[in-house]
Formats: sequence, C-alpha cells, structure tokens
Amino acid sequence: MSWDKKLINQANKIIKQYPQKRSALGPLLHLAQSKDGYISDDSIEVISELIGITEVQVKSVSTFYSMYKQEPTGKYLISVCKSISCEISNSSDVIKKVQEITGLNNNETDEEGIFTFEKVECIGACGGAPAIQINYETVEGMTPESTESLFNWLKENQPKVIVADILQEKFGGTRSFEWGIKDNSGTIASVPGFQNFNTVGESK
Amino acid sequence: MKETVLLTKRMRDFPSDSHLIDIYEKSNGYKVAKKTLSKSSPEEVLKEIQDSNIKGRGGAGFPTGTKWGMLVEDKEKYLVINADESEPGTFKDRILLERDPHQLIEGMIITCFAANIDKAFIYIRGEYAKPARRVQNAVEQAYSKGYLGKKIFGTNMNLDIVVHLGAGAYICGEETALLNSLEGRRGEPRLKPPFYPAVKGLYMKPTLVNNVETISSVPWIVENTGAEYNKLGVEGSTGTRIFSLSGHINKPGNYEIEMGSSFGEFVETLGEGVRNNKKIKAFIPGGASAPWLTGEQLEIKMTIDDVAKNNSMLGSGAVVMMDEDTNLVNAAKSIVSFFAHESCGQCTPCREGTTWLEMILDRVASGRGRSSDLELLLDVCDNISPGLSWPPKMTTICPLGPSAVSPITSLMKNFRDEVENMIPTKVLL
Repeated sequence: MSWDKKLINQANKIIKQYPQKRSALGPLLHLAQSKDGYISDDSIEVISELIGITEVQVKSVSTFYSMYKQEPTGKYLISVCKSISCEISNSSDVIKKVQEITGLNNNETDEEGIFTFEKVECIGACGGAPAIQINYETVEGMTPESTESLFNWLKENQPKVIVADILQEKFGGTRSFEWGIKDNSGTIASVPGFQNFNTVGESK
Repeated sequence: MKETVLLTKRMRDFPSDSHLIDIYEKSNGYKVAKKTLSKSSPEEVLKEIQDSNIKGRGGAGFPTGTKWGMLVEDKEKYLVINADESEPGTFKDRILLERDPHQLIEGMIITCFAANIDKAFIYIRGEYAKPARRVQNAVEQAYSKGYLGKKIFGTNMNLDIVVHLGAGAYICGEETALLNSLEGRRGEPRLKPPFYPAVKGLYMKPTLVNNVETISSVPWIVENTGAEYNKLGVEGSTGTRIFSLSGHINKPGNYEIEMGSSFGEFVETLGEGVRNNKKIKAFIPGGASAPWLTGEQLEIKMTIDDVAKNNSMLGSGAVVMMDEDTNLVNAAKSIVSFFAHESCGQCTPCREGTTWLEMILDRVASGRGRSSDLELLLDVCDNISPGLSWPPKMTTICPLGPSAVSPITSLMKNFRDEVENMIPTKVLL
C-alpha cells in the first residue's frame, strides 16, 4: 500500500465512525485527494482494500461527484459560481477576468501547477453574489477588479493556509449575511479544510 | 414588516461567538434537552411537534410531526440531518450551521430522544467547508461536556453524531439519493416504493431525514410548546421561516419572518427595495426549481398555500428578484444548465431532456436561435413532464427533471416576446 501510516490511521479512524465500512468511501476519497490533489489509481487500490469493495466500485463513486478530481489539480482550486443569483449579478465578468489572468479554460490547470479553474454551480453564497471559492473557502461580493487583486495576492504570497475570513476581509464585498465570528481556520489543501481529512490549518 | 426571531436570536445577541458552547449554555442552551430527557416522555415530545404543525424546511414541506409518527420500530434506527443545501438561491442553513451549530445539536438530541435513536449523521455539502468545521467543533465540544456519547446528561440515553461531508452533487439533497451517498454509493435517488425512509432508509433501516432548519426549530418548540409555535404565522404555514433573499435587491440576506406577508412588502421593507429603483420583472419564490412569478404578482402572500395556488412553490425559501434589465433568457439558461449539470443520469427524460434544453437555450441566447426553437423547447419540456402542469407530472424517479421545466414554461407563458426577440429574423444559410 502506498499510503503512509499516518494516512492509514486517519482512514481507519474515519471507517470506525460508521456502522458499515462502505459509508466511509466518500470521506476516504476526500482524504485521498488531500494527498495527491486528485483520485489516483493508487488511492483507489488502497481504498478498495480498506473497505472491502472492488476498485471499479470505488471508481464508479469517485466519478459521480464533481469534487473528486480525476486529474491533478493545482495548488489553488478556483471555483467561480455561475448559478442564477450570481449569473444575474454579473458572474460572467468575474469568470472572464479569471480566464484572462490565468489563460485557463474550464477545468484546466496551469503548467506550473498553481491554479486550477472551474465554473461551478451554486455554492450557497447567493446574497453575496457573485461569489468565488479558493480551495472551498468562500469569498463573496466579487468584482473583476477585486478578482485581479486576489490573484495578485495569491501569486505573490502563495499562502499555505487559505482562510475564508481573511480573503473576504481583503478582497470581498457584499456578504450573504453578517459572518460575525472572526475565524482564522481554513484549508491547507485543494480539498475542504475539515478535521476528519487533516486539512485544517490556522493562519496568523 | 418585522422579523420574528426564534432561530436566529442567539447569533444576534452574541454576534462574535454564538457558535461556542459556553455562550450557548449561557443563553439557555441545552437546558431544554436536559429537562426533556429527565422529565418528559418521547410521546410528549412528538405531540408538541405535531401540535406545532411545522412543515419540513428543506423544500417539500412535508409535516414533520407526521414524518416522525411514521417511523417504524426497529432495533436499528437513524437520524440523518440534510445539510446538503444546494438549491440555487438558498443560503439559510449555512447561517444556522456556521453561527448556531449547538442549536442544531440540541434539536438532534431531543429528536433522537423522541424517536429512540442512538446514531445520527449530519450530511453537509462538501463546498460548505467552513460550516462543517464549525459543526464538527461543536460536536466535539458537546462530547467533551457529556452531552453526546454514552449516558448523556447522566440519563440512560446514548447518542453518537457523525459529521459527513458530501462531494458536490445537488441531487444528494433528494433524501433517498442522500442516503445512497451516505452508504458510500453514487448519489442516485432510489426507486419508490418504499416511499419513506421512515420505513426503509439508511441501510434499509427506519430513518428520519430532516432539514437543518426544521431540527433547529425543535428546541424552541419543545421549550415553548407546539401550541405557541402554531400561533405564529398563518394556518398551513405556521411558525417562522428563514427566507434567503438575493438578486437585484438593496439588502440581500437571510430574514426570519412569520409567513403571511406579501413578497412585495418583504422586498420593500427588509430588502430595502430594488437596486437603483428599478422595477421587478420576474422573481423566483422558492429556489431554482420553482416556476417564476412576475413583477405584477408581488402582492402574493408568502405562504405555502398562497404560492401553490399561483402555480409555484415556496420550496426552500429562496427568493430571487430579477429587475427590468435582466436578460431572462440568460437567467433561464443558467437554471436549465444547472439541472443539466446536476442530473444523475438514471432517467432518460431528465438526462437527455435537460441536456437538449440547455443546448437549445444556448443557441437562442447567443443569437443563433431558430423560429422553431420555441415550440421545440416546449416539446422537450412536455417529454420530461407531460402536460406542463403544476404540480408537475413525473416521468422520472425524482423531481429534478421536472424542475428544469419550470423556468422555461415560466418564460414562455409570461415573457414569450423576449425569447422571440432573440431569434434572428433572417437566418443565412
């Protein structure tokens, strides 16, 4: 098996939470992605052994959900919402800006492996449309100008931890609602920053 | 028009730390659960919920008391919280998860007491990373205090809660798809019957599947009685409801109100009017699946029954306002393209139909439409949902396919000239 001991331990901890092993499949795919940035054949093999289903069954589930990537993603996964509230609030201008800056088409990653760009469906930030996510950390009330500043900042600083509150403070505009709580926790990978995936990081 | 604040009270009183267990307890938190577990019977709790007449806040509006009453007795039973909020326009569960996660946990404890359940899951959409972290922290805090785990509050009740992240599939908001997903399968809705997860749900065992807002309401109802809750709002739409207001509005946001005011009043008062003093051309009363209403219908009351009478639905409580400058063909295309992307692919009318609708609308929106496209759109819609009636007739396992029909029939019924105007008069061959 090509997962290290730490990852295997985490996987077993997740599996134990469920009455049936197979229920852990979704979280284990997130875990796999936190390692490689996509669902590798290696991980499929490991997961199928861990929960006792075939590799094809793992693959079949991993290709159903849009958050499981079949090809390596860059360090920063840029997801721009295009659903109705964002669409009528000029999300297409934000999308154009991102494409202009990165030179990427939908679902493409740059050669340096820094940015992956994708257009996504509703991310639940409709009151703060148009909205964008960097590694699943939400920033609301974007404009083409603030998008440019955000990218410049990302390129210059290449932060290890992406934190929604920090990005929102620096680059965001109208919010869906008062976020209230100041939060320094975010993600250290191009997967959701979540305790079970060991992907939560703190920023100063 | 004012808000009536039950579920969003704590986050207003303690704006910077309403998510912490200390603050939660300081503001009456977990007292209802403690009292209920030691002094009440499960039957008494069920009766309060039934008396409240609360209807599910996920979109379908099924009476919660009835759902709980249908739960079949079994040694193995589950509660699953549907936090897969992804109906375009909706962001009300997000605020409850982010800012008052303990209220949800307390609601779950009381629910599990009423239904004699010892294992529960919170299925949160994968894109809600920050809300999921908050809920996970809250669950851990509750465990450390002995409010979850074995013998909670020193009673004989055990309860374990697992926070489960989805991976980007709107269809998992459909409860049987959600259960499949939680079982580690593709998120495809199950063929009915069995109709109700309360009979055969997770691992084919009796399961309550309830929305975040519904279960977050439970502590208030049990504390203040179902009869008090029933006094709020109007008959058929009791209690308060959190509406997500977005679109061309001066003050978008989540608003907790008693149902019964009109959409127009809602927009003018809490929403502080339409941006740049424009007029509303069309609006969506209950999420992307709901047929649109027009600017002339703003006086319709925000109740489940009133909106249904006008051939639409209050759905998930997502109100999207579109002003007079909105390109409605693009708006419809955005919604149809959403459903095409999110179709699970099991049923042919939905898989093929939504894809064709998207392609035809794209052609029209980009100025390459044909005069025959209008009838073609309606014909494809008719194949997905015969008769184009409301509520829609189904040719599919779940309502996703018919949902894609809503924006097109709305467009054709009320704004046909806008579509016609986008068709070039002469097509050069």
